[in-house]
Amino acid sequence: MEIVYTRGGVIPYPGNSTENKTGSWRVFKPVINYEKCIRCMICWQFCPEPAILKIKDEDVKKNTPAPKEPIKRLPVPEIDYDYCKGCGICYNECPVNAIDFVKEER
Amino acid sequence: MTENYEDMEFFAPGHGMCAGCAAPIIVKWVLKLSGPNTIVVNATGCLEVATTAYPHTSWRIPWLHVAFENSAAAASGVEAALRATGEKANVIVFGGDGGTVDIGLQALSGMVERGHNVLYVLYDNEAYMNTGIQRSSATPWGAWTTTSKVGKANPIGKLRPKKPIARIIAAHNAKYVATANPAIFQDFKKKVQKALSYEGPRFLHVLSSCTTGWRHDPSKTIEILRLAADTGLFPLYEIIDGDIENMRITYHPKKFKPVEEYLKMQGRFRHLLKNPDLVKKLQDDVNAWWEKYGYH
Ligand code: SF4
Ligand code: SF4
Repeated sequence: MEIVYTRGGVIPYPGNSTENKTGSWRVFKPVINYEKCIRCMICWQFCPEPAILKIKDEDVKKNTPAPKEPIKRLPVPEIDYDYCKGCGICYNECPVNAIDFVKEER
Repeated sequence: MTENYEDMEFFAPGHGMCAGCAAPIIVKWVLKLSGPNTIVVNATGCLEVATTAYPHTSWRIPWLHVAFENSAAAASGVEAALRATGEKANVIVFGGDGGTVDIGLQALSGMVERGHNVLYVLYDNEAYMNTGIQRSSATPWGAWTTTSKVGKANPIGKLRPKKPIARIIAAHNAKYVATANPAIFQDFKKKVQKALSYEGPRFLHVLSSCTTGWRHDPSKTIEILRLAADTGLFPLYEIIDGDIENMRITYHPKKFKPVEEYLKMQGRFRHLLKNPDLVKKLQDDVNAWWEKYGYH
């Protein structure tokens, strides 16, 4: 009798759920207003996906607008719209109302 | 000096947890604080189902799925295997309230009693949300669920209070037990770090709101969780070495908010607000708890 071996369920690499672009779930879209953002990273702290990146690149830090010059020393929050589901937690929790929550247009 | 992994994500996006779910916030932070040298054992529940839809996974660290009832038993085995081979890693269980407070309690009790070096994290959304919002023993008094329906015969919803699981585990002489709430972020983070620093059985009971079952706007997740702390409804404390007499309350609201503020934001409590006597009963219960334990 011939025995046929098959492979079980193979998940090619850890964290490959990134292939699911859950940004398509969004009905409302959070938009950071960098003129107001004090870069406190509370939005990054609470985003459940996580879909907010903490950008530490020196050029991005310097070249992103900020309400005050010294704030430009801090990392910049950036929303990754590939994965943001539009829950609005960031918008609700931002202490300086620097996030607008607008209807998604597709 | 241990390395800091706070800026790394060991929990990947693209998962299927509902928008605004608090559980991924808890998970991503536990993993940021534990770092990559971690093995996760995950009980069946929303978290397991929605983060591992084949052929995808959101876990960037070793992850083991087990049934509702045996995550603590499986974690005990993982820890025993590590001990036998002389390897070191954090063994962390994530289980919901169904898998922990109801179905997995026996395995959890055994794990703690045998003294396994495991951190068990309960993310408590106070009902069986994954299967359709059935009540669990962690559902609080007065909450509507599909098996504690509200109507003429029962205007209250769930008739029994929430099981005090943290105190039950502490009574096993667990090394470290704490209640936590991601909205009270510094307290939550400190407790995760503290739990990770100890050896032995450790248990974190973390409140986790569920937009679907608690019936609230997804953007209000953290706001509602903050109210759970600031109304005194979900007290934050820690118990070391089972010393319940010396339970330490780690968060005293500056000014207690009335329980209505918490109730009115959630559909599952809407019926209570029509009946001031029921709201008063809940407020009296909260006041009695703080009168009894608040000095700790
Ligand atoms: S919470 Fe608001 S101020 Fe803070 S980093 Fe995010 S957008 Fe900026
Ligand atoms: S709306 Fe929700 S998912 Fe999108 S970035 Fe804000 S917190 Fe994250």
